Amino acid sequence: MCLPFLFAQGSGHLTVGTIQKVSGKRNEAVEAKIPVSIDPGFHVNSDKPSEDYLIPLKVKWTSTGALEVGELRFPKPASLNMAGEEKPLSVFEGSFDIVARFKVAADAPAGPGSAAGKLSYQACNAKMCFPPKTVDISVPYQVN
Amino acid sequence: MLPLRPTVPIAIFGVLAVGSFLLFHSSSTHTVRAASIKPVDERKPAPDFALKDIDGRTVHLSDYKGKVVLLDFWATWCGPCRMEIPWFIELQREDKDRGLEVLGVSMDDNGWADVKPFLAEMKVNYRVVIGDDKTAEIYGGVDSLPTTFLIDRDGRIAVVHIGLANRKDIEDGVEQLLQSNPKAALDRPFVPALSLRPR
Repeated sequence: MCLPFLFAQGSGHLTVGTIQKVSGKRNEAVEAKIPVSIDPGFHVNSDKPSEDYLIPLKVKWTSTGALEVGELRFPKPASLNMAGEEKPLSVFEGSFDIVARFKVAADAPAGPGSAAGKLSYQACNAKMCFPPKTVDISVPYQVN
Repeated sequence: MLPLRPTVPIAIFGVLAVGSFLLFHSSSTHTVRAASIKPVDERKPAPDFALKDIDGRTVHLSDYKGKVVLLDFWATWCGPCRMEIPWFIELQREDKDRGLEVLGVSMDDNGWADVKPFLAEMKVNYRVVIGDDKTAEIYGGVDSLPTTFLIDRDGRIAVVHIGLANRKDIEDGVEQLLQSNPKAALDRPFVPALSLRPR
């Protein structure tokens, strides 16, 4: 469980672990798990925050090589009651995976490659918040 | 000599107690001591800056010398910041005439596009400027929001609250700074009333 985070990168209260290589044949669907860990006592807004003014957790692909982008699946968010907030916040806490789905392109050349993207988030604890951050992510793949 | 009846000392004590109570509460200048306020000789000068307000006017911190300044670094996406803002609106309304100025420094990346509607919605009655990395840096690398500085009339930082503050700590700090060192204020045209508001 801890191993992926030995090679993790993060920039303030959220760490993205190593993303395991995915492999598939042309036209096949593949899934990559993006392991995320939030520091104890902190939270980040979920992908669908409870208020418009809150900054969501997002994954945006910048180049995907031989992979075609599919849907992203986020875990079920937690509801967090915070003093001063009218309704509970929709947040992610602890460790979880974001699942990114891809389809191997019909004309993908056989061999290795990687898809690159950015994960952006905004973290808080009970007393303070921290500026939005972005972490580079990379999904290694193998077209068989 | 008649022995003192036990009711007499009780009556004297009662009169003294009531008198002391009335004396204390009739005074409009009782002193507030905020535990977090630094002694004057330990305060460092608040760095000056030049930032734009909503009307495009340049605001320098040095414009406020002689005033007590509550300098609030905040952002629209920060829940704890939004919780404090109504307190600051109230302080500005109640203590402006005594020499307090609240000054908000928004750290929103989108600037006025996000901040302007928020100020209107919250009916913010104090000046707000858009901050930048340089300003955050000269204030010690402000990274956690809210971060609130109380600056005395001589432009020195008297206390820093990092994160959601205790409202009473902020109010007591403001009160102590308003009550102390009135000389700088007296040198200026916006002299606060000498009869202080009872709290």
